[in-house]
Amino acid sequence: MTRITYIEYNGTEHVIDATNGDSVMEAAINNLVPGIDADCGGACSCGTCHVFVDDAWKEAVGEPGEFEEPMLDINPERSANSRLSCQIDISDDLDGLVVRLPEYQF
Amino acid sequence: MPDVSTPENSTRAKRNRSLVGRDPWTTPLAEIDLAHPGIWQAYEFLPFLARLRRDDPVHYCADSTLGPYWSVMTYKDIMTMEAAPHIFSSEPTIGIVDVIPEFNLPMFIAMDPPKHEEQRKTVQGVVAPTNLKNLEGLIRQRVITILDGLPRDESFNWVDLVSRDLTTQMLATLFDFPFEDRHKLTYWSDVATAIPGAGLIDSYEEGFEILKDCLAYFTQLWRERASKAPGDDLISMLAHGEATRNMPPMEFLGNLILLIVGGNDTTRNSISGGVLALNENPKEYQKLRDNPALIPLMVSEIIRWQTPLAYMRRTAKVDTELGGKTIRAGDKVLMWYASANRDPDAIDNPDDFIIDRPRARQHLSFGFGIHRCMGNRLAEMQLRVLWEEISQRFDKIEVVGEPVRIYSSFVKGYTELPVIIRSSAVKAA
Repeated sequence: MTRITYIEYNGTEHVIDATNGDSVMEAAINNLVPGIDADCGGACSCGTCHVFVDDAWKEAVGEPGEFEEPMLDINPERSANSRLSCQIDISDDLDGLVVRLPEYQF
Repeated sequence: MPDVSTPENSTRAKRNRSLVGRDPWTTPLAEIDLAHPGIWQAYEFLPFLARLRRDDPVHYCADSTLGPYWSVMTYKDIMTMEAAPHIFSSEPTIGIVDVIPEFNLPMFIAMDPPKHEEQRKTVQGVVAPTNLKNLEGLIRQRVITILDGLPRDESFNWVDLVSRDLTTQMLATLFDFPFEDRHKLTYWSDVATAIPGAGLIDSYEEGFEILKDCLAYFTQLWRERASKAPGDDLISMLAHGEATRNMPPMEFLGNLILLIVGGNDTTRNSISGGVLALNENPKEYQKLRDNPALIPLMVSEIIRWQTPLAYMRRTAKVDTELGGKTIRAGDKVLMWYASANRDPDAIDNPDDFIIDRPRARQHLSFGFGIHRCMGNRLAEMQLRVLWEEISQRFDKIEVVGEPVRIYSSFVKGYTELPVIIRSSAVKAA
C-alpha cells in the first residue's frame, strides 16, 4: 500500500492507502475523495482530474506526457505543478505523495 | 473509393433519400445515410443508430447528397478518434458540408494544434468556473424573472418563453452585448446553422449576407472595447488577447459565430429536452420532486439524453484503420455522439432516462480531447439553476402536445414544446 494525501481547495486533507498500479485519479474515486470528476474515465481526454503536485514530489511524479500536455494547456488554471491525476500511476516510489485539488475542475 | 457519378448512383439518386418510414433493421446498409435530416426531425433516428452499432459500427455511406462519408457509432471508437487530432483533423470544418472558400469562416473549433489552443486560451477564461461563480447570482435572477412571468393554466411554447429567452440573455451577458438588441444574437445563431430551404434562409449566400450584419455590429463593439482597458467580456478578451487581437475580419466573425452558436442552441435544446424527458418518464419526475438534491446529477443525464449536437466531423489526415475498416486520407468521418451516448457497451441501460444515474458525467455530449466543449460548466450551471428554481415553484411543467423538432442531423433540438403550468401545480410561496 502506498500513502497518498489529497488536499481539497478548502484545506481538508484526505489521507488514503492506495493500491499500486491504480492511478492517482482512480485512488481518489475509489476512496470517495471529492473534487475529481474524471468525466472521461481515465482516458486523458477531459482534463477533469486536474491536480497540483506538491513541490517536493514534482520530480518523482515527472512531467506531463505527450497527450496530457495539450489537455493541460487548455485549462485556464494550469500551473507549473499541474498534472492530470489519471496519468500518474501509483507505485512504491510515490509513497507519501501530496497533491492539491483545484477549486473547480474545468 | 466508389465513383459517385456512376449511372447506377444517378438512378438511385432519384429515390427518396430520407429514411423516414423505413424499417431500420432491413434497410440495406448502403442506403443508410444518417446525415439526412429526415429521420432526425421525424424522431426515427434511434433504431438506425442501434442498427449501425450492431451491424456496421464504422459505416461508409458512399452515396449521399452531401458526398461520401464515414459514420463512427461506438463510444470506444469515438474516444480513439478524439484522442488522435494528429490523425483526425478538425480542419477545414466540423460540419459535413465543405463550405466553399469564400463563405468559409475560420474558427478555433475547426483548427488543429497549435493554433487551436492559442485562440481557445484567449477566451476560455470567460467560462472558467472561477468566473462563473460571479455570474451565478445574475443567472438566477434572470431565471426567476422568466419563471415568475410565465402564463398559468394556458398552454405556451416552452422553447420560446424559457429555453430561447434564457440562453439569449446569458449570451448577451457574456459578450456584454446591448441587452435590448439581444435577439439579434439568437437570429444570427439560427442563420449560422440553418440549412438552406428549410425555412430560415434560401441559400448559403443569403445566410452569409445576414452574417455580414453580425460582423458589422460586432466590429463596432470590438472598436469600442479595444479602445478601453481590458474587460472580462468575450469581445474585450478577443480585442486584447495576444493570439486574437490581430485577427482578420472573417476569422473574427468565425470565432464570434462559434461562441454564439456554442452558447446558444445547445443549452436551449437541453433546457427543452429536460422538460420532455421528465414528462416521458413520470417516475423520474417523481424522484426529482422527492429529492431536488439530485439536480446536479440530473443535469448531466439531461445533457446525455438530449445530446444537443448529434455529431462532429473530422477529416482523416493519413490512411488509418478504425474498427477493421481502412479510412483514407481526406475522407470525412462523422463521430456520432448521439449514438455513442446510447451505446450499451459504454453506458448501462442507455435508452433509459435515469436522473440519479451512476457515473452520469461519463457521456460524450461535450466531446473529449482538446476540442472538448469549452462552455460545459456554464451549460451545466444554467441548467442546474433553472431546475433549482423550477423545483421551488412548480410541481410540474406539463407537456400538452407533440414537440416539433429541428430539420437537422447536426443540431438536435426543438422549435416547439407546448406545455402548461396548472395553478394546482404551483407551490405556495
